[in-house]
Amino acid sequence: MHQISRPGFLRAIGAAMIAAAVAMPAAAQQPAAGGSSPTMDAIRARGTLICGVNTGLAGFAQPDSQGVWRGFDVDYCRAVAIALFNDPDKVRYVPTTAQNRFTALQSGEVDMLARNTTWTLSRDTSLGFDFPAITFYDGQGFMVKASLGVRSASELNGATICVQPGTTTEQNLTDWARANRIQFQPVVIERLEEVVNAYLAGRCDAYTTDVSGLAATRSVQPRPAEHVILPDVISKEPLGPAVRHGDQRFADLVRWIHFGLVTAEELGLTSQNIGQAAGDARPDVQRLIGRTGDLGRMLGVDNAFMVNIVTRLGNYGQMFERSLTPIGIQRGPNALWPAAGGLQYAPPFR
Amino acid sequence: MSDATADPRFRRKPPKRPIRLSWADERIRGIVWQILVVGIIGSIIWWLWSNTVHNLEVRRIATGFGFLNREAGLPIAESLISYEPTDTYFRALVVGVLNTLKVAVVGIVLATFLGTAIGIARLSKNFLVSKIAAFYVEVIRDLPLLLQLLFWYTIMQGLPGPRQAMQPIEGVFLSNRGFKVPALVWEPAHTAALVACIAGIVLTWLYARSARAKQMADGQPRKIWPAAIALILGLPVLTWQVMGAPWQVDWPALRGFNFRGGMSISPEYAALLIGLVTYTAGFIAEVVRAGILSVNLGQWEAAQALGLRHGQLLRLIVLPQALRVIIPPMTSNYLNLTKNSSLAVAIGYQDIVSIANTTLNQTGQAIEGIAIIMLVYLTISLSISLFMNWYNAKIALVER
Ligand SMILES: N[C@@H](CCC(=O)N[C@@H](CS)C(=O)NCC(=O)O)C(=O)O
Repeated sequence: MHQISRPGFLRAIGAAMIAAAVAMPAAAQQPAAGGSSPTMDAIRARGTLICGVNTGLAGFAQPDSQGVWRGFDVDYCRAVAIALFNDPDKVRYVPTTAQNRFTALQSGEVDMLARNTTWTLSRDTSLGFDFPAITFYDGQGFMVKASLGVRSASELNGATICVQPGTTTEQNLTDWARANRIQFQPVVIERLEEVVNAYLAGRCDAYTTDVSGLAATRSVQPRPAEHVILPDVISKEPLGPAVRHGDQRFADLVRWIHFGLVTAEELGLTSQNIGQAAGDARPDVQRLIGRTGDLGRMLGVDNAFMVNIVTRLGNYGQMFERSLTPIGIQRGPNALWPAAGGLQYAPPFR
Repeated sequence: MSDATADPRFRRKPPKRPIRLSWADERIRGIVWQILVVGIIGSIIWWLWSNTVHNLEVRRIATGFGFLNREAGLPIAESLISYEPTDTYFRALVVGVLNTLKVAVVGIVLATFLGTAIGIARLSKNFLVSKIAAFYVEVIRDLPLLLQLLFWYTIMQGLPGPRQAMQPIEGVFLSNRGFKVPALVWEPAHTAALVACIAGIVLTWLYARSARAKQMADGQPRKIWPAAIALILGLPVLTWQVMGAPWQVDWPALRGFNFRGGMSISPEYAALLIGLVTYTAGFIAEVVRAGILSVNLGQWEAAQALGLRHGQLLRLIVLPQALRVIIPPMTSNYLNLTKNSSLAVAIGYQDIVSIANTTLNQTGQAIEGIAIIMLVYLTISLSISLFMNWYNAKIALVER
């Protein structure tokens, strides 16, 4: 009779091996000691960057009708590939859910995440990540059907609220409910598509996530006007790429690509005019385009990396306009500081 | 099973031979090989372990089970015990285990009934009944379970909203928020009645046993049902009456966004339960059919020749023999149902996998999280196996 319990055992052993595998690939990539970057070395040896992106969020990361990944987050993957290979297509995209993105990065399945991920203290420390930059300042909001007649989140007492697990969203939701003495019934579904379906089908009165995520979801509905994003923003969601802790060189590269994109916008360098920037006498411009300063080399890439990136992808503002403006997201807090009163601000590129 | 060792052929021991320290001695060879295999497996495990620990350390990924006492902060939709997001991860995981058990236990019971009914229907002489049963079995077994679960969940979501809820019977509401039914306001008298009912079942069983013993002695069959009704129904009703017969019903009512009051079954639980039951029943039906077919036709005829009534024939002759064939594969089906319940994550039912996954995501401790999931399933599966093995040994034909 013992053979009957054996399949259970085999499964358990299989699961144990998966658990081991989660930690195993780490053996191949010891963190950097001083000069070299194991992640960059691995990417160069492989010839492609493996980038963890969203499973499909309009404006941020979504395959178009030809199957080409497009979006604001995707452009950061492209930018890293341009810096390393001068080729935006040397990227393999791995779609990750809110739930499995962190194991994908920890285990080495992806080199980096460019996937609307909030920088928090515990993710930075006990999950073993680094957050090189904040590419999008966001906050959590609620979306309801216009027909419900709800004007503000405080009217949601007693409501059923759809939320995705493995997010800061679900934790903020419980905090907010407690602080405001609001009772709610959660519906917690893992796949984005299924949560959104549940909300659309009326299983929930409201759907909550980052406001950018709400705008993205609303923009792809056949009649976006039927859904209202409530004015309340209940949290801070600084979104940006994440890399494994311990490889400072790679983190530096990703960080300065973002700052380079912001600096390009500050300097008025765009995909159209950066080709003629060699004639621009401003010292800041000369450093950004790599004619002086040797800054690319310090990051372990070509000195012209920012020219290559901006030529193909545009500066920060152009990336924003291409991907996010069409889905109705405004610059708001992501405008430049101090020129436009936003929070996007780059330390000196020198 | 213990009978096997009692077999006299196995009780005979080979004559003792002195062990020769030589490769030619098969016992020495055996020992050497075993030490080698254990050594290799041991070092692989040690290597994996130390590597993992080292890597976690350099990556600064937290380790250990300390997170279990931290505040979970996760919302859980349904729970058998009281749960607040301020409770610990440990309590959240317990809620997950209970949710898994809630769907597995109810699922196993319902799938057994439905599967048995369909298995018997497939053997029916009625052409239509047997063909419908055969069609059911084929279709259900050919479609992936995940697809079926999503199908049921979509159906649940297709029900009208709470404000337009269907009300098939007074006080019962069907909507995309789930099924709401009136609930009894629970009093100590109800607990007492429940205890009395269980006592009644035990007493009935004891009574039936002594009646059978007496029948063995004097050949007189005795009626059991009057005593059974008195003990199983009468006793609890009496207890409830004595304790003041409390009977207060909590009716569900629409208030604000949702229904309040009454008892509810969530669409997620309902979809998962229906999906698992209908799917597993397809397999159980085949097991039951095979079990019944395995009983030799001669046994039926002999029983009829002895003048046994149809019920007696099934209960005394066919079932005991069929069960020997049915129980082992039935155990696998029960294990499968339990493990398949982990597909719950897809439709938002928060079982142990769902809650452990979220815990793992928030704490980053994948290895600990997966170890917990494994431990839970291993414990549940081994319990089911042990119980079924015990039952199987009990009903095994005693060969004389
Ligand atoms: N910023 C939050 C939420 C990010 C998040 O995962 N949002 C959801 C809803 S917009 C999402 O992108 N889901 C996509 C998926 O899981 O496939 C976090 O980092 O926890």
